[in-house]
Amino acid sequence: MDVRQAVIWDSVLKERKESIITKGKQKNRLKCDTDSVAGCVSQRACVYCGARVVLNPVTDAIHLVHGPIGCASYTWDIRGSLSSGSELYRNSFSTDLQEQDVIFGGEKKLARAIDELVAQYPAKVVFVYATCIVGVIGDDLEAVCKAAAARHQIEVIPVQSSGFAGNKAAGYRAACDALLRLIQPTQTGISARANTINYLGDFNLAGEVWIIKNYLRQIGVEVNVAFTGDSHYEALKNATAASLNIIQCAGSMIYLAQRMKELYGIPYLNVSFLGLQDTAESLRKIASHFGDEEMQRRVEELVARETARVEPTLEWYRRRLQGKKAAIYVGGGFKAISLIKQFREIGIDVVMIGTQTGRKEEYEIIHELVDDGTVILDDANPSELEKFMVEKGAHLLVGGVKERPLAYKLGIAFIDHNHDRKHPLSGFVGAVNLAKEVYTTLCSPVWQYV
Amino acid sequence: MGKKHTSCRNVNENPCNMCMPMGGILAFKGLEQSMVMLHGSQGCATYMRRHMAEHFNEPIDVASSSLNEKGTIYGGEKNLKQGLDNMIKAYRPGVIGILTTCLAETIGEDIDRISQEYLREKGYGDLPVVTVNSPGYGGTHTEGYWLTLRRIVARLAQKTGANSKINVIIPNLSPADIREIKRILQLMRVDYILLPDYSDTLDRPYQKPYRKIPEGGTKLADIAAMGGAAATIQFGLTVDESMSPGHYLESRFGVPLYNLPVPMGVENTDMFMNMLMKLTGNPLPACLEQERGRLLDCMIDSHKYNARGRSVIFGEPDNIYGVAKICLENGIYPVVVATGSKNPLLVKLLAEKLAHSPLRCTVLTGTDFTTIRKQSRGKANIAIGSSDGRFLTEKEGIPLVRYGFPIHDRTGGQRLLSVGYAGTTQFLDRITNTLLEHKHKHYRKSMYEMFYLNNQPVEEFFLESSGEQHDVFMQ
Repeated sequence: MDVRQAVIWDSVLKERKESIITKGKQKNRLKCDTDSVAGCVSQRACVYCGARVVLNPVTDAIHLVHGPIGCASYTWDIRGSLSSGSELYRNSFSTDLQEQDVIFGGEKKLARAIDELVAQYPAKVVFVYATCIVGVIGDDLEAVCKAAAARHQIEVIPVQSSGFAGNKAAGYRAACDALLRLIQPTQTGISARANTINYLGDFNLAGEVWIIKNYLRQIGVEVNVAFTGDSHYEALKNATAASLNIIQCAGSMIYLAQRMKELYGIPYLNVSFLGLQDTAESLRKIASHFGDEEMQRRVEELVARETARVEPTLEWYRRRLQGKKAAIYVGGGFKAISLIKQFREIGIDVVMIGTQTGRKEEYEIIHELVDDGTVILDDANPSELEKFMVEKGAHLLVGGVKERPLAYKLGIAFIDHNHDRKHPLSGFVGAVNLAKEVYTTLCSPVWQYV
Repeated sequence: MGKKHTSCRNVNENPCNMCMPMGGILAFKGLEQSMVMLHGSQGCATYMRRHMAEHFNEPIDVASSSLNEKGTIYGGEKNLKQGLDNMIKAYRPGVIGILTTCLAETIGEDIDRISQEYLREKGYGDLPVVTVNSPGYGGTHTEGYWLTLRRIVARLAQKTGANSKINVIIPNLSPADIREIKRILQLMRVDYILLPDYSDTLDRPYQKPYRKIPEGGTKLADIAAMGGAAATIQFGLTVDESMSPGHYLESRFGVPLYNLPVPMGVENTDMFMNMLMKLTGNPLPACLEQERGRLLDCMIDSHKYNARGRSVIFGEPDNIYGVAKICLENGIYPVVVATGSKNPLLVKLLAEKLAHSPLRCTVLTGTDFTTIRKQSRGKANIAIGSSDGRFLTEKEGIPLVRYGFPIHDRTGGQRLLSVGYAGTTQFLDRITNTLLEHKHKHYRKSMYEMFYLNNQPVEEFFLESSGEQHDVFMQ
């Protein structure tokens, strides 16, 4: 049989059917949070990727990848997380395992690598990431890290992120486990300060943590530490000094919030600072948690002031964007949910929406929010993205680096909503930035020529 | 050759190379109607796709067998077969490349057996599959690239009747460079087979309808005919025989191999032209003669500006040999030449050329960017290489001329032209203009400080010496 016939691929692969639904046509039973199907060209990365994304913004840590060179090479300083202090996190360190290490084990090399790095860079914490190989050759990461920690009197924390051991979401959990170990040996005597919170699930892309910190300060709330944008060892260690955890990127951080509640009794709230509506609601939620009338008054004042400031600009964009159709394919569920509302704020309908690692609860909210006929899909591939964007007549795709050229080749506008971006999309300023970016790409003169 | 230092380090700080399967993907993308499968965990494929998509600004589809815990313990055969099945259904490729990763190699997957078995089971007997063992720890992306080319030739080249074609095998060059080499070959009226040709597949025009597998690439029939070609020109001076596709064609089919430097700079391009004239008997066309003249004109016009340049060059062995040659021809003397690859041939070649340089140069192989930075500090004033050299600018103030792969922080890496007489001219202009821009940015302030404020005169940064000593650091 000759497979080289020019077949226009028009049907979804069998193994993928349960991961795609059209609202109103099928029951809302989307298969998600499973392993990727072989050969489908998934857009997802691996466990290690999930762990690295979450931990890498810890600015004053040594981030050491225990494995062959590729894993460190592809993740070197590729994120837009900003720092107000140390720049150590922008380095990618690797044990650069060779064939002989794979055969004889890499424990000794790892121990020496830690010694070399600690001698060269003053750091109080080393994160040691496991890669696929480590999981297979059986290096005892735990033991090597423990010995190194004792040797240097600093924290050396293993991150159990062997690439094959689950999907990207498993990496989030591995990162949270690593963070928990950092928090655990908390100094006794530190008690939670009133109106002091931890901000979970913001990686300070283009200074987003700073934007939100400013809002919170204005309503009388101090951020103890953000996980993990612009965070550092001392602040993370004292994470229990907060009386509330707010979580933005729930996909990566809900587990940490749950564990901190169990271990330290710190309650948590889900928030999102993407878009006017979510930003305002999140601030209200925080104020209402504290039950502080003065704080609530300040929230209303801030929301009214900032909304009034950006509304005329947004209105200008809304008039020009009204009726356009957007497709969304992003990493996590919270981003997807907020984007639906945010697009609504500027008059745009969502016709296709999916995520790499969305959770069941998140897909339920997505299903509720979108209009009938919208395609919802988990762990999509380029063929599916192409098929549904074309079928649904999307004018615009929101995605990451890999999705961008696909949109452009299809003649579709594109919004970068990834970890590499260099402009903030959070808060009131972010809402304007998004509208501006949508306008920039949708209304560019270049489309007249294609 | 001067001192040779070998140091055994336990940690790589900011890698100067990628891993083997990355090079393999690049090579396979130069085959017509090809699709690639990475046998390993999902992340490898995704990371490499991302790395390439950002450089080429093209959709890069690479399948993965998505090995999970079960596959790792009990073997990945089921995953690989299912993966091939899905990939074939979705893409209908004309040829499939299967690359292993660290994981697949470490658990001992026999991709040859599994893929052959799969083809038999499905009755896809005539679907060509090329397998490559490319563990990430087996070498850099450069070795992965060459090994894949060798495997492609070994699998697909045949003992056909002798033909008059000339095989041209290229290293990791930009699509624009490939197009320039093809233009030169056409101007020289050479009947050629170029491998791998990703000049269209990784730099396709905007066209409707969108095709999942882009048009272009070396045709399989052409690769089959490589075994009967009159000669092979391979721009792979630094390639070890065990990974050399040209060497395979020579030893297996008796096709004479001419290993040449990448045609960058006057002399290297002359060598290419002379070889083409020798092999075809055709004269150099007037337009190429003129391009050569314009390059010389450009070199003279810029030589005094270039004289201030002290270069740090990094990247893949054959590419940096070409860049070093351009720098040496123009007095932008290299002070550091570095690669992540462990390549003894490169060291030998560079040592010969650097022997005529008035400056000491450190050659680093198997190195990382922290070492390159340290070696360049206070010595180099211009860097030439991929965007991974950005810290040289950010932390050391050394401006970077982007060349090679990957280029992530600028657009148009796929369109950078740097080979042949015309390409060298453009490349040299980019270098000279970067030196000029840097000078214009700083000279008012430095003159003011030196003479108006009468501060200590800035010490001549680079002490000219006629030493022939080269510190060759091998890791």
